[in-house]
Amino acid sequence: MKIKLRNPSREVELPGRKRVKEVLKELDILPGTVLVIRGSDLLTADEVVGEGDELEVRPVMSGGSDRQ
Amino acid sequence: MKCRKCGAGAVIELPRHNAAFCSPDFQEFFRKQVAEAIRKHKMFTPEESVLVAVSGGKDSLALWDVLIETGYQTAGLYLDLGIFDYSVESKAKCEAFAASRGQKLIVESVLERVGAGIPEVQKATRRPTCSACGLSKRYLMNRAAVDHGYPVSATGHNLDDEAAVLFGNVLHWQMDPLSRQSPALASTHPKLARRVKPLYRLSERETAAYAFLRGIDYIVEECPFAKGATSITHKQILDRLEEASPGAKHNFLFGFLEKARGVFEHAEPTVLNECAVCGQVTTGEICAFCKLGDQVKRRRA
Repeated sequence: MKIKLRNPSREVELPGRKRVKEVLKELDILPGTVLVIRGSDLLTADEVVGEGDELEVRPVMSGGSDRQ
Repeated sequence: MKCRKCGAGAVIELPRHNAAFCSPDFQEFFRKQVAEAIRKHKMFTPEESVLVAVSGGKDSLALWDVLIETGYQTAGLYLDLGIFDYSVESKAKCEAFAASRGQKLIVESVLERVGAGIPEVQKATRRPTCSACGLSKRYLMNRAAVDHGYPVSATGHNLDDEAAVLFGNVLHWQMDPLSRQSPALASTHPKLARRVKPLYRLSERETAAYAFLRGIDYIVEECPFAKGATSITHKQILDRLEEASPGAKHNFLFGFLEKARGVFEHAEPTVLNECAVCGQVTTGEICAFCKLGDQVKRRRA
């Protein structure tokens, strides 16, 4: 499967069928810090993804702030 | 994974609530959390017009969207910070959002008000970039609200933002900021608009999911100055805590608001004056924003 990552923008490929949470573990990404998107769908951690899937792992952190 | 409410396939899990939702039920959950924030802190009434500060990011556009959907009277305020392509792109996102919903968007430019964009302001003042930017945003947001007749200004600060700010303030025992940290700050002067944060009950993953599910075209790229910001480090530490113990951020922030904040409040209210240069509210003689502008002018001279 192809996986698009952000900040910085890059693409990686992972083999096999696995759950989203296993994909994130392989990429060393905490599930609570990203959305995992396939096309127009949001995927939950237990969703199985595999061959032919194109995913976007989109960080959710807003950047920078001062004391407010 | 199934939606807790209707049993359909879930699109998002919320470990801190031990729940998962389908898209329509998640959007309803989201709107209810915003409604609860507005009700609990008496942020504004349906009769009041709300000025929503929008950056083009997920939080502020999600906030604007939910307020429009709920039927509140709103206008957007975009602050052009002059941060290269990032500002150009984020402004375009805000303009497109406002146009698609038939809403008014007010644009204020730091360049016009200070004579320089944030990158140059930072060099002139040697403040951390986020600090000069935050100061400018607070000033321009309040000024725009007062000048345009909005009694209240709303920002898209979420639970993660607030927990990270609290973490930083506790780490350094910043007594004044701790006394002021609240989802709603009342107006204490005719030239001060009420400031509210209706998303403080929602995590940034939840605001990102809401924005995505609503089809909001927001800027995903980080501000180029955010890299290495202390607040980001604090968020990363809290993310680790949250992963190990879901609900940790919620308990940290809500525990502070419900049990501890009062301890830091001052008995004596802060004395407010009007700035000798611009007439806006300040605790001194000349406000920090005018001092900033002066530093930029002197550097150029």
